[in-house]
Amino acid sequence: MNTYLIYGFKTALNGLKANKSRSSLTILGIVIGIAAIILIMAIGQGAQDLILNQIRGLGSETIFVGPGREPQGPSEFTEILSDSLKNKEVEALKDPAMVPGVKRLSPIVLQVMTVAFENETKRINVVGASDLLMEIMEIYPEKGIFFGEEEIKQYSSVVVLGYEVKKELFGDSDALGEKIKIKDRNFKVIGALPQKGRVGMFDVDNMVVVPYTTLQKYVLGTNFYNTILVQAEGEAAVTRVAGDIERTLRELHNIDDPSKDDFHVMTQVSMAERVGIVTDALTALLLSVAAISLIVGGIGIMNIMLVSVTERTREIGLRKAVGATENDILIQFLLEAVLLTAIGGIIGIAVGAGFSFLTSLILTQVVGFGWGFSFPFSAAAAGLIVSSLVGLIFGLYPARKAAAKKDPIEALRYE
Amino acid sequence: MPLIEVKNLEKTYLTDDVKTEVLRGLTFSVAQGEFVAIMGPSGSGKSTLLHILGFLDQASAGDYFFEGKRMNDYSETELARIRNTKMGFVFQSFNLLPRTTVLENVRLPLPYSEIKESLWEELAGKAIKEIGLSHRSDYRTSQLSGGEQQRVAIARALVMGPEVIFADEPTGNLDSKSGQQVMAILSQLNQKRRHTIILITHDTEIADYAQRIIRLRDGRIESDKTK
Ligand SMILES: Nc1ncnc2c1ncn2[C@@H]1O[C@H](COP(=O)(O)OP(=O)(O)OP(=O)(O)O)[C@@H](O)[C@H]1O
Ligand SMILES: [Mg+2]
Repeated sequence: MNTYLIYGFKTALNGLKANKSRSSLTILGIVIGIAAIILIMAIGQGAQDLILNQIRGLGSETIFVGPGREPQGPSEFTEILSDSLKNKEVEALKDPAMVPGVKRLSPIVLQVMTVAFENETKRINVVGASDLLMEIMEIYPEKGIFFGEEEIKQYSSVVVLGYEVKKELFGDSDALGEKIKIKDRNFKVIGALPQKGRVGMFDVDNMVVVPYTTLQKYVLGTNFYNTILVQAEGEAAVTRVAGDIERTLRELHNIDDPSKDDFHVMTQVSMAERVGIVTDALTALLLSVAAISLIVGGIGIMNIMLVSVTERTREIGLRKAVGATENDILIQFLLEAVLLTAIGGIIGIAVGAGFSFLTSLILTQVVGFGWGFSFPFSAAAAGLIVSSLVGLIFGLYPARKAAAKKDPIEALRYE
Repeated sequence: MPLIEVKNLEKTYLTDDVKTEVLRGLTFSVAQGEFVAIMGPSGSGKSTLLHILGFLDQASAGDYFFEGKRMNDYSETELARIRNTKMGFVFQSFNLLPRTTVLENVRLPLPYSEIKESLWEELAGKAIKEIGLSHRSDYRTSQLSGGEQQRVAIARALVMGPEVIFADEPTGNLDSKSGQQVMAILSQLNQKRRHTIILITHDTEIADYAQRIIRLRDGRIESDKTK
């Protein structure tokens, strides 16, 4: 009965037009639900892309070794304050007999501290690293130089400035040769980095780099590291090197049970997986919230369809009197419900896409994230299918009720 | 084989334990091509009978054969199909769709038929022309006079070219001139196209168009006369 389907669509559309304000209020729930779904999926995707891009920015050959067991939940974050990574561990990892395939390695000491030049002060990340950090992260000074092996050995008080730090402390003037204060100690500026944004765990523009030896000895008075950055010889070696690192450190610390590790090793791949799990879980959570709004919207549709069926009892009787079967009536009211929700879905997709675009615009322009917007086609398709399904599911009961009125005359007599 | 045959037809309404016997055993038959008028005082069960004959209602007891087959033996789909193709019904209270045009009302049965959509307009237009309302095709039914609305209802009953037309006081709301017009259309359908027509009327002048008059009183046939 193809002709009937087409006619049914037209009839359904007319039915909706006849009750414009009621129809549009009814689909509001669906519009909001679908818009929320589109927005959530777009933002989830955008956040994931952003984080993954940052992880990729670290280079696929980089391995992170951190102190303490990898935090499994918020209560375990203090684990990373553990002092399990010291010079002994760095030396072990440098030993090709223990961990073959290591190209470069740099211990990292990280601390937020006050940095001052004349009257300007700023609280920023002070990174203590070895001279190899430059090559591992592929960041080279725009002006001046990076410190070398000598400066590490000599505990030199030299500093390389991130782009924003240099700009804020010195403006346009050349900072090279000037002295800045980190905590109470003077450091000589020997280099300035180009604008880089975020690279992995580092906000490069808003940090300064000093020799890790100097930072530990003269400023912090500690002897442990926050991270050991290891660069493997080629991407293919990463997994093996990571495994060797774990084995070496366990040996060194006499650990038999991996769950008792006092360190953790992360690679780009393992971090990307982790990010995927977290963002997916977050997206799923938000989607279930949006789903509730769809259910509420669906109940609204069901309610209005029931009202409509009651109001149009005489019409139903009349249609039966001129030859409509129960199926014809069922299809007519189902179509009406599906059309209603599908229209809601389409509007919702447009609204959701619009908001996603705005969000990406704001995040890019105002916050300065490299946040890309792409129309979420799969989410849109899902939205359309879901909204139609909502119509189908919540329209079925009223439609069956409409079709089930037994004798036409009963329906015709209804007032 | 008669087109319509009823045997001991009864209809009883049960409302709040009160039994209303409306039809108390009717037996008669109508042949293909007959023009029958049903008369009788108000409340004698005329409309009730016509609804049962038009497959809109069911008898409480007795048998109704349409084209030789018992109504209860038709499936729901077959009943719908017969209502669509073989029966046209004109209701005492027009029963037009509100907020829709004359054309839309008249073509209402067509989507439920096998007729191609491309022919719908044409068929509906022809039926509207037959009842003389072509100039009102695009009017909403609420913008029409009672008589005009009645004629729209008749056009809707004609549009599928049914075997039999049931008309419940089709002229009840019309002045005598429009009444004559409607009756002229119905007798033409009967004479030229051999449509069977069964109509209810209180008006003896209208009943004169019929060849046969069945009178009901208190749910029984009081008389059944053929000219
Ligand atoms: N659904 C119903 N429930 C109970 N009683 C009903 C119902 N429908 C009709 N009746 C009763 O059946 C009787 C016959 O009604 P019907 O409509 O057939 O009369 P009628 O002969 O067509 O009268 P009129 O000439 O006034 O149209 C009436 O007394 C009416 O009250
Ligand atoms: Mg009546």
